[in-house]
Amino acid sequence: MNKAQLDKQVDKLFKFIGIASTLFGLIVLVALVFDVFTDGFKRLNWDFLVSFPSRKPEKAGILSAWVGTIWVMLTTAVLAIPLGIASGIHLEEYAKRNRLTDFIEINIANLAGVPSVIYGILGLGLFVRWLNLDRSVLAGGLTLALLILPTVILSTREALRAVPFSIREAAFALGATKWQVVSQQVLPAALGNILTGIILAMSRAIGETAPLITIGALTYIPFLPESPVSFSNQFPFLQVSSKGFLDAFTVLPIQIFNWVSRPQKGFASCAAAGIIVLLAITLFMNGLAIYLRQKHQKRW
Amino acid sequence: MEPPKVFEIENLSSFYGAKQVLKKVSLPIYEKSVTSLMGPSGCGKSTLIRCLNRMNDLVGNFRMEGKILYKSKDLFSKDVDVTNLRREIGMVFQKPNPFPKSIYENIAYGLKIQGISNREYLDGVVEESLERAALWEEVKDRLRESALSLSGGQQQRLCIARALAVKPRVILFDEPCSALDPIATAKIEELITELKQNYTIAIVTHNTAQAARVSDHTAFLFLGDMIEFGTTAKMFTVPKDKRTEEYLTGKFG
Amino acid sequence: MNRQFKEAVIERLLLCSSLLSVFTTAAIIFILLSESLGFFKEVSIVDFLTDTQWTPLFTQKHYGILPLLCGTLLTTLVALLVAVPLGLVSAVYLSEYATGRVRNYIKPLMEVLAAVPTVVYGYFALLFVTPLLKKFIPGLSGFNALSAGFVMGVMIIPLVSSLSEDAMHAVPMGLREGAYALGSHKIQVAFRIVFPAALSGITAATILAVSRAIGETMIVAIAAGQQPNLTFNPLVPVETITAYIVQISLGDTPHGTLEYSTIFVCGLTLFLLTFVLNVVSFKLKRRFQEIYE
Repeated sequence: MNKAQLDKQVDKLFKFIGIASTLFGLIVLVALVFDVFTDGFKRLNWDFLVSFPSRKPEKAGILSAWVGTIWVMLTTAVLAIPLGIASGIHLEEYAKRNRLTDFIEINIANLAGVPSVIYGILGLGLFVRWLNLDRSVLAGGLTLALLILPTVILSTREALRAVPFSIREAAFALGATKWQVVSQQVLPAALGNILTGIILAMSRAIGETAPLITIGALTYIPFLPESPVSFSNQFPFLQVSSKGFLDAFTVLPIQIFNWVSRPQKGFASCAAAGIIVLLAITLFMNGLAIYLRQKHQKRW
Repeated sequence: MEPPKVFEIENLSSFYGAKQVLKKVSLPIYEKSVTSLMGPSGCGKSTLIRCLNRMNDLVGNFRMEGKILYKSKDLFSKDVDVTNLRREIGMVFQKPNPFPKSIYENIAYGLKIQGISNREYLDGVVEESLERAALWEEVKDRLRESALSLSGGQQQRLCIARALAVKPRVILFDEPCSALDPIATAKIEELITELKQNYTIAIVTHNTAQAARVSDHTAFLFLGDMIEFGTTAKMFTVPKDKRTEEYLTGKFG
Repeated sequence: MNRQFKEAVIERLLLCSSLLSVFTTAAIIFILLSESLGFFKEVSIVDFLTDTQWTPLFTQKHYGILPLLCGTLLTTLVALLVAVPLGLVSAVYLSEYATGRVRNYIKPLMEVLAAVPTVVYGYFALLFVTPLLKKFIPGLSGFNALSAGFVMGVMIIPLVSSLSEDAMHAVPMGLREGAYALGSHKIQVAFRIVFPAALSGITAATILAVSRAIGETMIVAIAAGQQPNLTFNPLVPVETITAYIVQISLGDTPHGTLEYSTIFVCGLTLFLLTFVLNVVSFKLKRRFQEIYE
């Protein structure tokens, strides 16, 4: 075999190694999913979804966990989405190139890299203790909102940057004010991509465990936050309450963590069943985000 | 008799950062006629036209000296409301830039931002503008479709219709045909000739034949200097400056 | 005037939302510092940095960060041994060998790896990887740095791969063409031309991976154990800084005590470590972009 042939063989070999390395993670992922399903699928039934946690593994369920997840995610979304988009708009469309802008940008880049558990400590100091929110839904939602804010800002900026400058020019030339240009033309044009970023950020928040444990979210919650609307037979028949936001909560990943750390074998199946639910949610959201991104790619 | 002047540009110099793009340019733009700004690329003609509706305000490091009078008033004085100004002075850009919305929304947008929401009125203006831009027949059955589904030439006529919808006095064309094929170009040129009955028009072009076809007056710019200004007929038959002659005969550019 | 006033108000509001990020950073630093200050009034910094034991919850109290730091570095090292080679080879493959179509399918799939919640990876490390490895390594403990680090490494592969691929992708085609014109093979072009040219971008990606591994919490809290151990043996239980924070948060340590303030000290240590790494990575990336973009 001469040099050229050898090189060709090496080239082929490397291509094979490259494919193997790329697929390695995916193979592990398949093993993970397979493992979780064999452990948890038999445990996954209607009772599991509508039962509170219990000391007996065969009776335990994820009701308070998924309800808590919805509560916390709503709080997070309501805070992080408008603030993140607003900040993204400010940095991309309004901010002049100066030191303050530079400083804010470096700040956000840095915040995006701060470990999530540190956000937990922030939430503990700021919301739980200083604002006296205790271990409430609100404290949890605020903490996660700060956590995903940099991601929302960065993806908003990227989406706005993808809107061609000519669109802005066209609107300005018609006599639109800056805010009209941004809110009526640029933002709608970027919305698809912004949405993709928000879904990814929310999907990350749903899986976050450490920051909520750090603010002191409890692992055993046999009740639900007070319902925001309740019905009665007296006028006005319908009552709206925000008390639920101040109730204690748990979320799906914390419930899973709690079960994983129990020694009894039965709880491992509960954890696996909980993981199936959690994975279904996060993988669905990621799939949706990827689909949206493909759909919105290259319109101009 | 000389027609009234809409713009009087006096000793205009402009800079992007440290780079000077226009050097003491002076010329008038006459009412209800077509004025071409012609010259090889990099001569500053686009910068000049973008001063007329203050589009250059959007460029961070832009700076200018000299004066532009619009209807005898200083265009850059503090009490000029730029948004109102741009409603009077429409613009059509090099590349068609429709909004990623429906054809109807594209035309109606300029009125909507002025707070006009009367449906019948809007419908009327949309139809009228599209007719003036010679696009109505082609799109009247698909007003709700995305403007991005139109061909390049149709998109550019849509942009013209969009500019007409806000009832401007002036329309600025910044190389409106540079992205179009010859047939679409011919349509746009025909349109410009028609529009000058009612509007004051300034057009940037690097195509001498186009300047000759559409314009009444022509300014020839070269490397930021204005070399020559006059009626198109005169400049194209007896150019005063040697450089104009060379440009017109295709020696450079 | 009314219109201009409205525009100005909007601009201010938008600025405020951006300043929230500055406020967040300030709050993080303030909380970590003020609580740590109380801690360092009682424990000397020298002891904190040199004592080889970490036993704040025992009667015989020691506050030496070294065992936790060691646990963190050990799991991080294992993770990097998995993520860096696999991530880089995969980046070279995706950037130099794969067709655009393949890349478009594979990249989103790899992103899914990074999207799996870490608590799920923790479960997988503890209840799948460790039992599996036990079949080959009889001395392996139920909690260990090896499985936790391995799974963490798998999680980080997409980060290394995708950022490195971006860097290699940014290397101008001209460089490659020059080498191909001389009759080079793909692998020579990839490793002698593209890889060195993209090195600062690749280094930035790797450093970011280190930072991510150091800050990762749930995998190690579940699978690596809760025993502060000054060891570099990956087969025994260790405790990372992050796992310790989780341990204290779950326990019933009363607020305001010295024991409780340890989580802020640990948080501060973690923050400083990741901050330095993030800044270095950011600077390297910027330098790389200045060269090629």
